[in-house]
Amino acid sequence: MYKATIFVTLKESVLDPQGVAVKGSLHTMGYSEVSDVRIGKRLEVSLDASSQAAAEEAVTLMCQKLFSNPVIEDFRFELEEV
Amino acid sequence: MIEPTAEQIRDQELYKEMGLTSEEYEQVKGHLGRLPNWTEVGIYSVMWSEHCSYKNSKPLLRKFPTTGPRILLGPGEGAGVIDIGDEQAVVFKIESHNHPSAVEPFQGAATGVGGIIRDVFSMGARPVALLNSLRFGELDSSRVRYLFDNVVSGIAHYGNCIGIPTVGGEVFFDNAYDGNPLVNAMCVGIINHKDLQKGVAVGVGNPVIYVGASTGRDGIHGATFASEELNESSEEKRPAVQVGDPFMEKLLLEACLEMVEQNMLLGIQDMGAAGLTCSSAEMAAKGGQGLDLNLDLVPQRETGMTSYEIMLSESQERMLLVVEKGREAEIMAICDKWGLQSAVIGQVTDGNQYRLFQHGELVADIPVNTLVDDAPVYVREEKVPTYYVENESVDPTDALANIDANEAIEKILQSPNMASKKYVFQQYDYMVRTSTAVRPGSDAAVVVIRGTEKALAMSTDGNSRYVYLDPVNGGRIAVAESARNVVCSGAEPLGITDCLNFGSPEKPEVYWQLSKAIDGMSEMCEVLQTPVVGGNVSLYNETKGQPIYPTPVVGMVGLIEKREHITTQAFKQNGDVLILLGDTAIELGGSELQQAYTATIAGRAPILDSGKEKALQQAVLTAIRQGLVQSAHDVSEGGLALAVAESCISGNLGAKIQVETDYDPTLYLFSETQSRILLSVSKDKVEELVQTMEQFHVPAQVIGQVTEGNLEVHVNDQLVIDRSVAQLTNHWEEAIPCKMTASSTSTN
Amino acid sequence: MRFAVVVFPGSNCDMDLVHAIEDVLGEEVNPVWHHESDLSSYDAILLPGGFSYGDYLRCGSLARFSPVMEAVKKEAEAGKLVVGICNGFQILTEAGLLPGALMRNDHLQFRCEIEPISVEKADSAFTMHYEQGETVQIPIAHAEGNYFCDDETLQRLEASGQILFRYAGKNPNGALANIAGITNEKGNVLGMMPHPERAIVDWMGSPDGARLFTSMLAYWKENHAS
Repeated sequence: MYKATIFVTLKESVLDPQGVAVKGSLHTMGYSEVSDVRIGKRLEVSLDASSQAAAEEAVTLMCQKLFSNPVIEDFRFELEEV
Repeated sequence: MIEPTAEQIRDQELYKEMGLTSEEYEQVKGHLGRLPNWTEVGIYSVMWSEHCSYKNSKPLLRKFPTTGPRILLGPGEGAGVIDIGDEQAVVFKIESHNHPSAVEPFQGAATGVGGIIRDVFSMGARPVALLNSLRFGELDSSRVRYLFDNVVSGIAHYGNCIGIPTVGGEVFFDNAYDGNPLVNAMCVGIINHKDLQKGVAVGVGNPVIYVGASTGRDGIHGATFASEELNESSEEKRPAVQVGDPFMEKLLLEACLEMVEQNMLLGIQDMGAAGLTCSSAEMAAKGGQGLDLNLDLVPQRETGMTSYEIMLSESQERMLLVVEKGREAEIMAICDKWGLQSAVIGQVTDGNQYRLFQHGELVADIPVNTLVDDAPVYVREEKVPTYYVENESVDPTDALANIDANEAIEKILQSPNMASKKYVFQQYDYMVRTSTAVRPGSDAAVVVIRGTEKALAMSTDGNSRYVYLDPVNGGRIAVAESARNVVCSGAEPLGITDCLNFGSPEKPEVYWQLSKAIDGMSEMCEVLQTPVVGGNVSLYNETKGQPIYPTPVVGMVGLIEKREHITTQAFKQNGDVLILLGDTAIELGGSELQQAYTATIAGRAPILDSGKEKALQQAVLTAIRQGLVQSAHDVSEGGLALAVAESCISGNLGAKIQVETDYDPTLYLFSETQSRILLSVSKDKVEELVQTMEQFHVPAQVIGQVTEGNLEVHVNDQLVIDRSVAQLTNHWEEAIPCKMTASSTSTN
Repeated sequence: MRFAVVVFPGSNCDMDLVHAIEDVLGEEVNPVWHHESDLSSYDAILLPGGFSYGDYLRCGSLARFSPVMEAVKKEAEAGKLVVGICNGFQILTEAGLLPGALMRNDHLQFRCEIEPISVEKADSAFTMHYEQGETVQIPIAHAEGNYFCDDETLQRLEASGQILFRYAGKNPNGALANIAGITNEKGNVLGMMPHPERAIVDWMGSPDGARLFTSMLAYWKENHAS
């Protein structure tokens, strides 16, 4: 059994209005040292796979097909055997 | 957690933590003939909470008129039902979600909307519109801005996603609500008479079916929480917050209505406040039957849940059904189509026992009538508050001399209470279902009924400043104003649902406010023939011992016979004649002018004469049906000055007003005397309109005309207001966005 | 002309579209459950607004895998008219039938209002009853209508006349180049954020959306005039 922790974020080139708003709030609160905030999603997926490599391949495909939209988002993930 | 034994509950008085008093605990012992166990104490405590039993308000609620020729179903079921002809009826109810919204505004408001929608479709009705009534502290506080923003987006989130338009409502800001915001949500549905459902369990041996989301440990004891005062520990004490899933509810809605259409259900009830406990116990009690439930069969989201937790969970988007034995498969098939889980969890039994089984053991065994019919009832002590006595001698005009009317109109248009609420309603999808004929911002919202010429008008109202200063008149005004709004849109008022938001009934002054407000409301409902068909009571709205303003919110529904009668407040055409109906006195207690210039309220609220009100409403409805009226607008907060300004702004036209008075011009223009309506009428219809008003003995005074210029007001031939409508519009539209962007709040 | 309105779990403008087709055109229109795998008997396919699958993960991302979407692709390739409105537009971009993506509104709020929309191209199957450059009033109601694509795609959209509608007033959501509606290269698949079905008679606030449907019928008749 493997557990994949997947992070999906907007591409660097894409404006993240939520991040901008949160940065604004932080500045209002006095955290002027904050220069950037980016918000993304974190998914936890538990799956069966024959090997680490097979799990990696499966999760990559899931990310490409469903978890992220390549037009606007990037993804990365961490995989651990549990 | 290891549950306390029955003896520990008794010896350590653990029942008190759940909200039962010692006397109530003794009554429970009497009903059972033994000591109650943990689950049973939990069940009694929620069933006997104010939220479920109305134990503090029942004797007062009996004063409301609840019957009438059109009333098909009054209070008692999920929602009230009123006949609208053609074998159709309107189903509606308002309910509070104040306490949950105070601690988690987004989800609190969202699940409030979800709950009231279930109340309506569990009657078999198709929900067609949502409204709300919101109260917050002043927007200068960042906490208030956070609450306001998140409540609004929570409402938007739920209503928009499920696809029911949020067509109207009101938002009011006052320090009285600083620590205790009010979130009241109303849902209106339409039903064919033959589809009307009931929340009953009948027929021995018939299965009880659970449909919808799984049960988790969220919201345990929410109904009890809602029946206590908020304090510093509320944040910690709060039950795990329920998270609304409007997508799940959309599926549940479609599935249930499909079952209704195919006539499959004997009984159906929402699992709302007090969850599985309240729904199943009420269904059994109403059906005069016993009930056996096997809790092992209840779909559960978490492992190791105790019977106490399963019974008291307030997980959302769940429905309980009773069907004829043998039809289980049909129900399951519909649930499968909509991707919903369902399970037979018990059956209707002979007798009166409410029995719960878990892991093969009997975990609760209660005479069901004692949960519902034998809940305690308290008549509390009433006492006239000192402030009320002191206000007798206050003349509000003393502090309001020599105010420039130009300045006053700008100031009041920018008060968040009078300013445009576009910031709010542009976040609501008010057009989905393509039936919305009058969008938010007029006196009442109007939704057409497809396939007929008819439409429904609806509004929520309740001026709590008036109720605070004078509960009887304030109560009358709450009902009268909501009816007036509906009449101004061309509808005949049919009936009301009400949400009574008050402080602690254990305080004699608060109980007096509640009692008197109900007197005033009842009288007005009698006179206008708009019975109370349902609603909700929310008590203990206090922070740090300070009660909110007494706030009865009235949700009114009216019937428009023909689409051509639909009328709005906006001026329509240059040259139309302006007619003010009703008499104007100087009544400024609790007025916008008083609040704007003294930052407080004092004196007496305006007096409402119910006979005059009735005549006015009948006269205006008659005139609208005769085709004499271009626009109609209730003259209320801010008086004649604001009524004219609002009609100018919404019509993007100007007006020239000329009036005579012996009073100070500003006081005259901003006086909030009741039972007045501002009409615009085309020139050739003025004579006929005046005749109609004479028939009803309603004073009608020509006060000016619609123009394409400024808003100009002349009092005794002196120009006292002269402002461009564009400029006023700008002030009015920018006031709330300005306050909100002054310092941005957090996102959700 | 036969219209299909695809119903996903969570769609909520499906019946509004059905009513609009009935009221404006009086042509045959059927709601089609998302399990359907054959749409060949229909002349036009409409994907309605709403929150398919709760819009969880990303708007339209789960609906894209509904069985019916294979059939929608097939009919689109066959040249049938396909329109995605609001959530339907989001589904079409997720499914790759239209380029780009719809992101969260730049101000982060849901926005519901009647918007001025300019008709950028009046010789399409969907706009032949509008005037070139005309500004019409059509409502929007969304939280994720902020159209985005890369520069290259935008240039291609502009160059090949695929942009049918732009916001003509203040940009309500941050959409790139004020884009409110685009077609595929062939011009038979349209995605738009504004809701034409909510603007078909005066009491709704505007009748301007009706001509989108009459255009489709006229186009179909032209191509089936036998």
